[in-house]
Amino acid sequence: MFFDDRAPIYTQIMDLVKRRIAVGELRVGQQLPSVRDLAQEVVVNPNTVQKAYLELEREGYVATQRGLGTFVSGDRGTVDLLRQGLARDIVETYVAGMRSLEYDPEEIAAMAAEAARKETT
Amino acid sequence: MSMLVQITSLTKRYITTTALSDVTLEVPEGHIVGLLGPNGSGKTTLMKILAGLVSPTSGTVLVDGIAPGVATKAKVSFLPDVNHLDRWMSVGEAGNFYADFYVDFDRKRFDELLAIMRLSASQKVGSLSKGMVEKARLSLIFSRRARLYVLDEPFGGLDPLARAQVLDALVTNFRADCSMILSTQMVADVERFFDDVVFLDGGRVVLAGDAEDLRMRRGASIEEIYREVYGHVETRQV
Repeated sequence: MFFDDRAPIYTQIMDLVKRRIAVGELRVGQQLPSVRDLAQEVVVNPNTVQKAYLELEREGYVATQRGLGTFVSGDRGTVDLLRQGLARDIVETYVAGMRSLEYDPEEIAAMAAEAARKETT
Repeated sequence: MSMLVQITSLTKRYITTTALSDVTLEVPEGHIVGLLGPNGSGKTTLMKILAGLVSPTSGTVLVDGIAPGVATKAKVSFLPDVNHLDRWMSVGEAGNFYADFYVDFDRKRFDELLAIMRLSASQKVGSLSKGMVEKARLSLIFSRRARLYVLDEPFGGLDPLARAQVLDALVTNFRADCSMILSTQMVADVERFFDDVVFLDGGRVVLAGDAEDLRMRRGASIEEIYREVYGHVETRQV
C-alpha cells in the first residue's frame, strides 16, 4: 500500500475503504476486515485503522455492531454517490493535467472520448 | 485514557554532561511512541531510565504508577542498543534464560516468532549474522507479555526485507493493553507506526505530539518534520 506520509494516514485508509465500497469490493451489509487484519495488510499502526473506522462510522459509511465487527451501511444511493465522487476526483486531475499542457476544453474532451473509445474496442 | 508512563521534569546529569534536561512526557496505554533525535540527544539515556538501568538525577518517572526498579523490570521489555546475548548460547538457550528471568515470557509465542524471523532454536548466537542476532533479540523481547516495550534502535543492522518481517511481527504482537517506545533513525520506514512522536535535542524535548496531527498541521511527513527540526544540526556539520 502506498500512502503519502505528508497527509494523515487515517484519512488515506478512509479513502481506501470508500474506494472498495464504491467499486463493489465491499458490498452494503458486508463485514469490513478486522482492524488488526487491515493494519497488517496495509502495514500501519492498528490504532490508525481504528481511527479511520471510527471516522467512517461518524460519516455514516459503516456501522459497528458490538462484538460482531464493522459492516458497510447505507444503500445503493450512497454507493453511487461515493462512485461519482471518486469519478469527479479523477476527472479533475485529468483536466488539471491537460490544462497545464495548455490544451483547450474541446481538445481535452475530444482526447478523453478518443481514449475511451480505444479502451472499449 | 490511562497513562502507562508519566515522566515529570526528568533531569539526568553525568559528571561532565547533562544527558536529559527537564523532560516531561506521558505515554498513554495502547500507544506506540517514536523517540526521535540525532545521536547524543538523550534517547538511550531516557530508555535506560525507563528500563530501570539508570537512575534519574532529579524529577519523577512512573511506569504503570511505580518508579523504575525491580518491580517495573517485570513489566518492561527492553531491547538495548547493543547485543546483550552471549555468543556461546544457542537461540533456544537464550529463550530458556528469558523464561527463567521473566514470568511473562511466552514460549509458544517465541517459537512462532522464530518461525516468522526464519531462525532456528539450535543456532548458536556466535554463528549468526548481525541481522539475525537482531531478529533473535527482537523475538525474545516480543515473546514477553510486557506492559511496556522499550526498543532502542530495533531496526539497526536489518536489511529492508528483515525490517519488513520485524514490522510485521510488531503489528501482529501489539496489544491494546501495552505501550511501546522506540527510537530509530529510519524515520521514513517506521513513521506509519507511531501514534505519537517525541523529538529530543540536547536532552530536551523540542517537539512532541500526535503523529497524524503533526502531519495535518504541517502538511509534512514526520521525516520532513525531523529534517526541519534538526536542520540546524546538519548545517552546523557542513
